[in-house]
Amino acid sequence: MGRRIERGGVVVTAELPTAKLPTAELPPVIVGAGPAGIRAAERLVAAGLRPVVVDEAARWGGQIYRQPPEAGGPGGGFTRPKSALYGFEAGKADAVHRAMAAIRDRVDYRPRTLAWNCEAGALDLLCDGESLVQPFSRLILATGATDRVLPFPGWTLPGVFTLGGSQVALKFQGCAVGRRVAFLGTGPLLYLVAYQYLKAGVEVAGVFDTTPFAVQARAMAGMLRDPSTLAKGLLFVGWLRAHGVPVHNGVRPLRAEGTERVEALAWRYADGREHRVSCDAVAFGLGLRSETQLADLAGCRFRFDAADRAWLPERDGAGRSSVAGVYLAGDGGGIAGADAAELAGERAAFALLEDLGRPVDAARVRELDRRLGGIATFRRSLNAAFPFPADWAATVADDTMICRCEGVTAGALRGVARSGQAREINRAKALTRTGMGRCQGRMCGATAAELLAQALGTGPDGVGRLRAQPPIKPLPVAATPSPLAGARSGREVA
Amino acid sequence: MALLQRVAEQGRRVVHFTLDGRPAEALEGDTVLTAMLTNGERLRRSEFAGSPRAGFCLMGACQDCWVRTEEGERLRACGSFIADGMRLLSEGEWGGGLSGEGSS
Repeated sequence: MGRRIERGGVVVTAELPTAKLPTAELPPVIVGAGPAGIRAAERLVAAGLRPVVVDEAARWGGQIYRQPPEAGGPGGGFTRPKSALYGFEAGKADAVHRAMAAIRDRVDYRPRTLAWNCEAGALDLLCDGESLVQPFSRLILATGATDRVLPFPGWTLPGVFTLGGSQVALKFQGCAVGRRVAFLGTGPLLYLVAYQYLKAGVEVAGVFDTTPFAVQARAMAGMLRDPSTLAKGLLFVGWLRAHGVPVHNGVRPLRAEGTERVEALAWRYADGREHRVSCDAVAFGLGLRSETQLADLAGCRFRFDAADRAWLPERDGAGRSSVAGVYLAGDGGGIAGADAAELAGERAAFALLEDLGRPVDAARVRELDRRLGGIATFRRSLNAAFPFPADWAATVADDTMICRCEGVTAGALRGVARSGQAREINRAKALTRTGMGRCQGRMCGATAAELLAQALGTGPDGVGRLRAQPPIKPLPVAATPSPLAGARSGREVA
Repeated sequence: MALLQRVAEQGRRVVHFTLDGRPAEALEGDTVLTAMLTNGERLRRSEFAGSPRAGFCLMGACQDCWVRTEEGERLRACGSFIADGMRLLSEGEWGGGLSGEGSS
């Protein structure tokens, strides 16, 4: 029996294999198999449920604990031990990997699967070119985060990669993004990835931190709440300095130089002194930004979060969103890091079980709440130590490209703001195409909002929120979902 | 000169493919991005300014690493794996957005 449903604004007839089941009997669905998703799945399995775990990657672990490809066969695959891949975090990575391995046959695990839409109580999935509709009554979104970036001239040149991307190259592929790499931005990842590159034998041209040293020093006091994290941070900095790597604080990038690829990074101190360092790659990032598209499409209410400087889906302390049956866990609901993600994943699973009327381990729930509370305090200190460079929007040059998909400049965005045509981010998107390209605003949305707000004399919370659209990522060639009859043109659907 | 530098995991089986018609080698388990950028400096040219692009986030978010094969197929290079006989392109303009040519 076909059932008429609306998917992505198109009414189609679809076979829903599980449509006969009462919704209460639908398995819970988890999107994301990183630390949050895995710990959520583990807790649901312990309660006797069989969750569906959807993950875009081929292997579980998420970005932070990403595993190398399973290249097998004679001749060998990837051989580095976890100690080499994850350093100090090898124990945590291994524990998370093992947790998933232990429940592997008690979950409906869907690797290489993109959840590209969420509406009317169902997810649209795409796996190896096959599409299907996955109905749910309970959904845990553990969608993670990517680097937050602020454009500077030359940031689209080959050789400029995000910090997270530079780490993926090393961890997942055994490659460095260059022979002589400059590390630019701010946040814990800046020092961690520089350290990992240095240990891998790559020349580090320098660490260029946008945060003034005095600001970081003041914030250290708060970080003493988590001495192990502080110690690691100090160790990275100490190791870098001991190996002759210059560490510069209070830096602003001027441009990545080169025509076909990066040849140098030009930068200045706050006092205006200009400098230049030769390098063939720049690893760049300013903390993380949450992946919230599915929460948006699921209908979750959002609020502006001043600490993350971003619109985030509302959630209570247990991870419940504003939509009954939809839960948020990990960095996808607000940046708190991998340790917090594990706790939040388990906590969201408990919330789901509570809402199903199942018994939960009250002592364990109290323990999770206590530890999540402590992490929130630590995150505030970390935000103080690595603040967002709020002067960026006022100082970025008009000809700097903001939207790398569509080639839209800062000047174009300022233009629609100052002419009065756009007082809100979605209108600016319609007029300039910023955020309309393939990345759907992942790389440019937050920066476009900063620019618009600055031009309008308001804060980033005063220009609205970029709305998500399905499909949340381009669907590749010849993979157009069969329910969208007539659209099987072999084209990318953006 | 190659953009990416191999620093580990070099004992894997060699995979043969072509890049802009020329024979090239990668290792089993390489993404298309790794295979192309250990043999060259870019993945494609921007359809707007013609400027070279080589990906950015390497985790499937920025969508700046879409590449074309000689057959007209499009691949997200950071999330696709290299295979023997692939014929990849990094030269020429990348056909315009939604009106691009498909393969079906």
